[in-house]
Amino acid sequence: MADKLPEHPDFLWHNPDPKPSYDAIIVGGGGHGLATAYFLAKNHGMTNIAVLEKGWLAGGNMARNTTIIRSNYLWDESAAMYEHALKLWETLPEELEYDFLFSQRGVMNLAHTLGDVRESMRRVGANQLNGVDAEWLDPKQVKELCPILNISDNIRYPVMGATYQPRAGIAKHDHVAWAFARKCDELGVDIIQNCEVTGFVKDGNRVTGVKTNRGTINTEKVGLCAAGHSSVLAEMAGFRLPIQSHPLQALVSELHEPVHPTVVMSNHVHVYVSQAHKGELVMGAGVDSYNGYGQRGSFHVIEHQMAAAVELFPIFARAHVLRTWGGVVDTTLDASPIVGTTPVENMFVNCGWGTGGFKGTPSAGYTFAHTIATGAPHELNAPFALERFETGALIDEHGAAAVAH
Amino acid sequence: MLLISCPNCGSRDETEFHYGGQAHVPYPENPDELTDRQWAEFLFYRDNTKGSFAERWLHSTGCRQWFNMLRDTVTYDIQAIYPMGAPRPAPNTDQPADFGTASLAPDSTTTGTTGPSVASTDLGPAEPAATAPKGATQ
Ligand SMILES: Cc1cc2nc3c(=O)[nH]c(=O)nc-3n(C[C@H](O)[C@H](O)[C@H](O)COP(=O)(O)OP(=O)(O)OC[C@H]3O[C@@H](n4cnc5c(N)ncnc54)[C@H](O)[C@@H]3O)c2cc1C
Ligand SMILES: [Zn+2]
Repeated sequence: MADKLPEHPDFLWHNPDPKPSYDAIIVGGGGHGLATAYFLAKNHGMTNIAVLEKGWLAGGNMARNTTIIRSNYLWDESAAMYEHALKLWETLPEELEYDFLFSQRGVMNLAHTLGDVRESMRRVGANQLNGVDAEWLDPKQVKELCPILNISDNIRYPVMGATYQPRAGIAKHDHVAWAFARKCDELGVDIIQNCEVTGFVKDGNRVTGVKTNRGTINTEKVGLCAAGHSSVLAEMAGFRLPIQSHPLQALVSELHEPVHPTVVMSNHVHVYVSQAHKGELVMGAGVDSYNGYGQRGSFHVIEHQMAAAVELFPIFARAHVLRTWGGVVDTTLDASPIVGTTPVENMFVNCGWGTGGFKGTPSAGYTFAHTIATGAPHELNAPFALERFETGALIDEHGAAAVAH
Repeated sequence: MLLISCPNCGSRDETEFHYGGQAHVPYPENPDELTDRQWAEFLFYRDNTKGSFAERWLHSTGCRQWFNMLRDTVTYDIQAIYPMGAPRPAPNTDQPADFGTASLAPDSTTTGTTGPSVASTDLGPAEPAATAPKGATQ
């Protein structure tokens, strides 16, 4: 007779049925929703709250991203937000009592044109003024840090240098979600999967409940953390968001010996590459140009990305693609997120993180929880208000964020 | 990769085209009278429809002409292709995606004087969509 299977490991969270009413409901069980719930419970003592997820936990962008974490953004507002997140990343494994393999192996952003070089040097200067660790590397230093990079100048987009942030790196995204979920559960937060929000109950302009496929649930407050589906939820609530949802793809190769010591990104040729702990090469592409909710993108985008990757890393030429997949990212026109109040009373929104919100997960949760609990933004997210599209106080991070992460 | 039927050139790979975002968003008629809120709407707010979406495409490496397309943003199914300036047709999901051939579309740059050449029998009655004000071209 075959040996008995080992016992199933303990579940990290329970699967409670929704209660009739909560003090706050978070819509979306990705990283941002879970982090928000965690900080609501931990920093603001709000434990009678629920996270509603239409599918399974972290089944959206959270476990589809390429896990790059960095804080070298250009403007003061973004540097403050992302650096706050990076500092939290450094302490969260201990705080959440979960080693999600945050690896500070550094991130390099390549420059391929004179325009890139100037923009990158400007960004390094701005970063240093904001206390963000940033350096400019010439091509020889690039090669020393990442020997598999081709720095010859006879390729289509030669490497003319790079910015480098040593404290940046990667983490295991699904474990990050589980780490937050376990702590949320311990603190009394209800994590409710397979619960899709289909509408809102309002009293005048004030939200008082959410309609779901598992019934109507009353709530004092609602926080939207639905990433690519934010516009759909806003429309249900009766307001608009300046967001366009696009497919964004990534892929992995089969497992290889460790060959790639850091993370390399190139905005110009739309590719970013790291090697996961197990050995897969993890690569991300640019978005498909059209709006899409299909969680899949076009093959020509991948083809373009692979061409660039193979030119930059000639040793990848014989690696095989193992899996490709796509997510739905919520882009804004200034490539910065929206975290704050909405035109609907007691409803708050965290969205617009687009192609690069994994790195922001801790500070999105931290500042959004503050906003929900107190009804007003934290000083870190105040500039990221929805109103900036009306006042014109945009935070243009296309140089630092554009396609990249 | 989408296979897109340019009204002038016929079926071509998506890589020959450039995406132009939501269709039927007219330039404000009285720009100097707009409030900041209205400017914000015009500059930064576009529909982000999950489902049938009217959008503009440019055949940038072909005839270099703009045209409109009705496409499902979940299945990516192309439901109609019609000239600039024509009102948004009703989606017809029975039609194959490549019915909008050159012979059916007179001039993709028309600005509203020519009716939607593909709408008459193929697409059923054109519905006056709220998002398609008269004379909207860009
Ligand atoms: C391919 C790819 C690569 C990326 N690479 C990076 C990277 O390297 N670095 C980086 O910083 N960022 C990266 N990102 C971006 C990052 O993943 C996102 O910005 C971030 O995950 C968004 O926050 P989230 O985790 O809460 O989103 P999600 O995980 O998408 O969470 C939103 C959740 O809301 C749920 N939802 C939607 N509608 C409803 C409803 N009606 N009712 C209930 N639930 C609902 C969804 O099912 C989903 O689980 C990448 C994204 C993709 C797709
Ligand atoms: Zn053409």
